[in-house]
Amino acid sequence: MNLLATLRIAFNALRLNKMRSSLTMLGIIIGVGAVITMIAVGAGAQARVQEQIKSLGSNLMIILPGSTTASGVRLGAGANQNLTEDDASAIAREVPEVQAAAPSNRGTGQVIAGNNNWSTQIYGVTPDYFEVREWSLASGRMFESAELNGSAKVALIGQTVATQLFGDQDPLDQSIRIRKVPFTVIGVLDKKGQSMMGQDQDDVIMVPISTARNRLFGNTQGKLRRVGTIQVKVLEGASMKDAEDKIRELLRQRQRTQAGQDDAFTVRNLTEILQTQEDSSRVMTLLLAAVASVSLLVGGIGIMNIMLVSVTERTREIGLRMAVGARSRDILTQFLVEAVTLSLIGGFLGVLLGVGASLLIAHLAGWATRLSPESILLAFGFSAAIGIFFGFYPARKASRMLPIEALRYE
Amino acid sequence: MTHLIDTRNLSKQYVMGTNRVHALRGVSIAIDEGEFVAIMGASGSGKSTFMNLLGCLDVPSSGDYLLAGEEVSHLPGDALAAIRNKRVGFVFQQFNLLPRTSARENVELPLLYSGLPAAERKQRALQRLAEVGLAERVDHTPAELSGGQQQRVAIARGLVNNPSLILADEPTGALDSRTSVEIMALLQTLSRQRMTIVIVTHERDIAAFASRIITFRDGLVISDAANVALDAQAELARLDAGHHVHGVPA
Repeated sequence: MNLLATLRIAFNALRLNKMRSSLTMLGIIIGVGAVITMIAVGAGAQARVQEQIKSLGSNLMIILPGSTTASGVRLGAGANQNLTEDDASAIAREVPEVQAAAPSNRGTGQVIAGNNNWSTQIYGVTPDYFEVREWSLASGRMFESAELNGSAKVALIGQTVATQLFGDQDPLDQSIRIRKVPFTVIGVLDKKGQSMMGQDQDDVIMVPISTARNRLFGNTQGKLRRVGTIQVKVLEGASMKDAEDKIRELLRQRQRTQAGQDDAFTVRNLTEILQTQEDSSRVMTLLLAAVASVSLLVGGIGIMNIMLVSVTERTREIGLRMAVGARSRDILTQFLVEAVTLSLIGGFLGVLLGVGASLLIAHLAGWATRLSPESILLAFGFSAAIGIFFGFYPARKASRMLPIEALRYE
Repeated sequence: MTHLIDTRNLSKQYVMGTNRVHALRGVSIAIDEGEFVAIMGASGSGKSTFMNLLGCLDVPSSGDYLLAGEEVSHLPGDALAAIRNKRVGFVFQQFNLLPRTSARENVELPLLYSGLPAAERKQRALQRLAEVGLAERVDHTPAELSGGQQQRVAIARGLVNNPSLILADEPTGALDSRTSVEIMALLQTLSRQRMTIVIVTHERDIAAFASRIITFRDGLVISDAANVALDAQAELARLDAGHHVHGVPA
């Protein structure tokens, strides 16, 4: 018997019991719909967490100088100022995964503008720093290369500093004195808000790294062009691990570290936090999907139940079909196709329900859900598998009936 | 010449609980092509069991069954299904039509399992329905047909695959007497066209239309004799006349 004829028989049988067929399908519809919706919500949450972490700088790496030991007293990381501006340029040049490497020096100082004064963090940076931190200007302009090379006395100020020193006034082109050295404000930075540690990131003044070296922070650093930290931004999509390994290798070479000797610097990044967050949201998605799968399973049991009832009800029909020449595999196929048709139609409607529900949740809760074609295919395939799995037992029962007994069944 | 049906010492035993029931105790019968045979007997005489064996719905416990010279009693299930499909047409007491399915689709059923294309199935079904006088009712479902019409659909279904044998188990058991005679008239017409027909009945009136009557008792054949068949058409005419006579209540 051909498949088309079998399909027609299945459709007819389902059509003859519309109410029963739709209620049976409902189990699969809800199951598939729930799986798709839950995966979409979970994936949406995962994407959201990822985005938030990325905004903190997930592809960011901070290289700190190593520690030093003076008279048996071990000082902390950064105590040994053995990183230089040249290290930063070497990293940017030689590690292909690196998008930008920004050296910076930090100090504190009293800043005076007119009648106001304020103590703040002063950073010596290059324009790379702003690229790495994804930090742009609210107004004014960036350092020019002449200013960078010539230790020009120009400064970019953070929002907090601008408010403290100038109030409502426009700080652009105003003169300020940092550690008694006069500077011109050439720009105001965008508001960055608190750091993860609760620090006010806008309470800051940025000057060219050469200016900081030569005019603000004294001489020893100046001669060797030592820097406090190098912040590295890794290219989108490149492996953090690879980048870190290459940077480590490069710096060990540059610092002539012997094999087996510990690194004289520290590399820190947020990958681990990101990893943990991603893992936990993936676990959550799996959990939601697992809970939803239970309803799919219950739907499958519903199919089995109805198919068993149907087989019993149609015993005489089965007997008749056998009497006019149906082989047992024809009967098996017929009932299996019926069960699979039931679950596939249910699966299809479930996909519609799932997509609809995901969009509705996204719309109502303002929560970005993410529908993946994989989850739709998976749920649909799963519903077909459930049809076959739960349809097999009733179909086999039907196919194993003896024709005379089936015909005589009352 | 080989007989169409040739059973040799056919026996069938059932196990019911702890008892062994001997439904058939060695039946040897030969039926030739074109015969119209009635099998009679009380319930439990083994006539239905014999019918099931002839139709390959069941297999004998021992003995042989040759259908057109070919041993079929110990074939596997799929081969038996093929024989039922191509060589045997069944007619049942309760018609056994698929509910809510048109007469045409009911008649097409055996062809579905022969793997015929849809167009040919339809054409053959319509032809058979016309032959049993239901050309006007091909799209009616069983619920929309009278008992006699339903049995005609069942006969059309039995004939649709050009079988060598029609097996009818109490074909008139669910019909009133006039309709019963109509059905017997149809079977007689088929018989005249050289179709082999075996009916099982416990009614002597019905068996009277056959040209050979075999009687069973306790799983054995107790008589097997030719019969001068009553002509069903003549009987119908007589009934119609009688109807007129008795039309006025006495």
